[in-house]
Amino acid sequence: MMLDSILFYFFAALAVGSAILMVTRRNAVHSAVFLISTLLAIAGIFLQLQAEFLFVVQIILYVGGIMVLFVFVIMLVNLDVAVRQMKFNRQSWVAGLLALVLGGLAVVVYRSGGGAFNLMGAPATTMPPNAEQVGTVLFQKYFLPFEIASILLLVAMIGAVVMAKRKI
Amino acid sequence: MLPVSHYIYLSLALFIIGVIGVLTRRNVIIILMSIELILNAVNINLMAFSRMWGSVDGQIFAIFIITDAAAEAAVGLGIIIAFFRNRPTVLADEMDLLKW
Amino acid sequence: MNAVLPFFLDHIWLIPMFPLAGAALMFFIGRRLSNAAASAICVGSVGVSFVFALGAFFQLLGMPEGQRVAEKILFEWVPAGPYHMTSGSVTSFVADWGFLLDPLSAVMILVVTGVGLLIHIYSTGYMANEGGFYRFFGYLNLFMFSMLMLVLANNLLLLFVGWEGVGTCSYLLIGFWFKKKAASDAGKKAFIVNRVGDAGFLLGIFLTSALLGTIRFTEIGPALVTAHIAIGAPLITAIALLFFWGATGKSAQIPLYVWLPDAMEGPTPVSALIHAATMVTAGVYMVTRSNAIFQLSPLAMSVVAIVGAATAIFAASIGVVQNDIKKVLAYSTISQLGYMFLGCGVGAFTAGIFHLMTHAFFKGLLFLAAGSVIHAMSGEQDMTKMGALAKKIPTTYRTMLVATLAIAGIPPLAGFFSKDEILEKAFERSPALWVVGWITAGMTAFYMFRLLFMTFHGESHVDHDVEHHIHESPSAMTIPLTILAVLSIIGGWIGIGGRFEKFLEPVTASMGAPEIAAEAGKAPALLLMAASVLLALGGIWLAWMLYIKRTDLAAAVRRNAGALYDLVAHKYYIDEIYDAMFLNRSKDLGSSLGMFDAKIIDGLGVNGAAWLTRAISLVSMWWDTWIVDGSVRLGAFLVELASFPIRLIQDGEMQEYMLIIVIGLIGFLGYTVYLLHWMR
Repeated sequence: MMLDSILFYFFAALAVGSAILMVTRRNAVHSAVFLISTLLAIAGIFLQLQAEFLFVVQIILYVGGIMVLFVFVIMLVNLDVAVRQMKFNRQSWVAGLLALVLGGLAVVVYRSGGGAFNLMGAPATTMPPNAEQVGTVLFQKYFLPFEIASILLLVAMIGAVVMAKRKI
Repeated sequence: MLPVSHYIYLSLALFIIGVIGVLTRRNVIIILMSIELILNAVNINLMAFSRMWGSVDGQIFAIFIITDAAAEAAVGLGIIIAFFRNRPTVLADEMDLLKW
Repeated sequence: MNAVLPFFLDHIWLIPMFPLAGAALMFFIGRRLSNAAASAICVGSVGVSFVFALGAFFQLLGMPEGQRVAEKILFEWVPAGPYHMTSGSVTSFVADWGFLLDPLSAVMILVVTGVGLLIHIYSTGYMANEGGFYRFFGYLNLFMFSMLMLVLANNLLLLFVGWEGVGTCSYLLIGFWFKKKAASDAGKKAFIVNRVGDAGFLLGIFLTSALLGTIRFTEIGPALVTAHIAIGAPLITAIALLFFWGATGKSAQIPLYVWLPDAMEGPTPVSALIHAATMVTAGVYMVTRSNAIFQLSPLAMSVVAIVGAATAIFAASIGVVQNDIKKVLAYSTISQLGYMFLGCGVGAFTAGIFHLMTHAFFKGLLFLAAGSVIHAMSGEQDMTKMGALAKKIPTTYRTMLVATLAIAGIPPLAGFFSKDEILEKAFERSPALWVVGWITAGMTAFYMFRLLFMTFHGESHVDHDVEHHIHESPSAMTIPLTILAVLSIIGGWIGIGGRFEKFLEPVTASMGAPEIAAEAGKAPALLLMAASVLLALGGIWLAWMLYIKRTDLAAAVRRNAGALYDLVAHKYYIDEIYDAMFLNRSKDLGSSLGMFDAKIIDGLGVNGAAWLTRAISLVSMWWDTWIVDGSVRLGAFLVELASFPIRLIQDGEMQEYMLIIVIGLIGFLGYTVYLLHWMR
């Protein structure tokens, strides 16, 4: 139980700290690196929540796929200019403040409505073998959404290719 | 496990950081990264509730969200490439042609 | 008229048509024809006309005396419908396209086609080296058509058509060398001065149809009888004076003679044909044709006689001092036309026509001979630069000598007979008129021999470079000269014993009008004859003295005459007086009318209307701009105003949009918090 808490707090601190650094770094490559760190920390959270399949998916897909895409794009667009420009826009102070207000309000809502949400601890101490269960549910109960998602990916792929073509 | 509220606060913190990133940064690539962060914050929530209910349905939703994130990243970055080819900038406040 | 007419009489309407066809050919395809072809067509068409005229003449002679009238009406030309005559009765106005051949027009068509044919032949030589050859012959043929229409017309309106046609051709031919300003000015002058006369003639035609109800020549005489018009009735006098007004224009009488001297700017054959032989005699023809009207008005007859006599002596006096060979002939023509009118005015219409005919011969010959001289002199017209040409161009000299003798009135040449007849009749009417005519005859002899001596005798004043080129004209020119010379000699013989008068008598005395000259006594014919011949010889002697024997005398006379000489040499300043009296007044009137047009019509009328339109359109534009457009723009402004806050938000910056989403979320959550606290 203790280990559980230690893992959670470690990964949570890592995730939040990396996220803050990611948002504040001037250089996009640095941001990307801190985003990877955040994502890895979140993957750790997943593992702590006994979602092994998602843990693997998180690492392979996010860190291995999406982030490589990001790094490629950062490489393609001219970073030397962007580095020297202002990193925050005009509305940054107002926006930051309002974002914090939003977070505060969410906390207030959560706290004042605590009874209404009926949240509890973890009833089941262990989860059944995760990957097998996910597969079963995905290919039976959510088979149609799965196929729709595949079409979404196809569309996205074609869209990205068309977008990146020199002449449309 | 730890109470769900822990995960909710973590998720909220990451969400707010992501929102701040989206609202304040000028670099569109970092804005896209911040969106990924927001999506991941949602994922944490889903995972936590999945664990709470002892059901994998939440994880299935998380998979869909990851799929969506991948698609969004691909298309968004493609847009950035195409835009960059026409106007050599990646700054969001300079991409203001689409108005009235 | 119902009887079948012999061929030529039935086809008199063809006589003018041949030259018309020739003219049409020239105008349409003449440019593509060679000179030979053009002259063949035009001379040929006039030749055919001459043959038809001869045929018609002899067939007319073949008809019984007193019935020698052939009228051929082709169709009704102007059936203008009924109108009220001055007498109050209603009649129908009709003008035919009809042709009338009686002894008068028979003489005229013979003169016109005969002299015209000779001058056409002459022109082929004279104009051989001129540009616009086909145009010249086209005009000449058109003139022949118009002149024949004039003399063959059976009514006044058709006569007027020919009258205007010859005027137009005169204008065209005077201005034939239209690149020369003097020529085109002279053409315009002739045309405009003729218009003044034509106005009178046209008024006369209107008055005739109003008074008599007909304009057909064969019906005017009977109409005068049936209308019971008294001698000297005001209306008939008015008609006669209006006709004579028209005649003064066409026939160059005082006061409208001024165009004829200037008309000498045209080619010499034109001067011969139009301004000596035929067209200018149209007035005499017209007066003779309407002699029935004139004989009813003693006042008009006196006017005709006085104007004729005055013109004769006036023009002769100017001719005495002219140095331009064609100008001398021009004034001589005016003077001789004055003779013809004098004849008409004293009731000797036949004598007038007789003189018209002989004058056509010898004056045509004089012009053609003068043209031959000018041709030989390479275009020189100034007689002071001629002299001693008799040996160099003998044929021209001999023919011109014949013509000069004829015009001077030396028997037995043509001019003697006709002039003597006029003078005799004038004496019967009034010795004063005879004296004027007699003096004029002497002056004529003087200035014509002055011309002859200055040109052909005495010392040569010819420029050296011109002298080498002096040559006799080609046979195309000398043959017509010779024929006309023969005619000038024998042309008068037909008048011996009153044959000519008797031939014309049906026209001049058969209209039922009473004889006017009845009260006049018989003139001592032989005495008058001897007097005029003696005076003519005296004139010749004087010319010989001044220009051959004692050339210094001429200069002395000129010096001593002084102011008188200047006055005559400047043609009595008539042109200048006309300029001051009419031309400048017309110009003043024109400029004041122009001012009126510019200021009142343009200024008030047109510009005023324009100003008004502009003013209205300004108001309209103001309405459009401020009310119509204004309401549109007000709507647009309201929409714009309403959209202003929304537009502020939508500035294209996506991060602001996101911020607005966040604000929305805050509002949403804030409302939730409010609800939660309220519920609590």
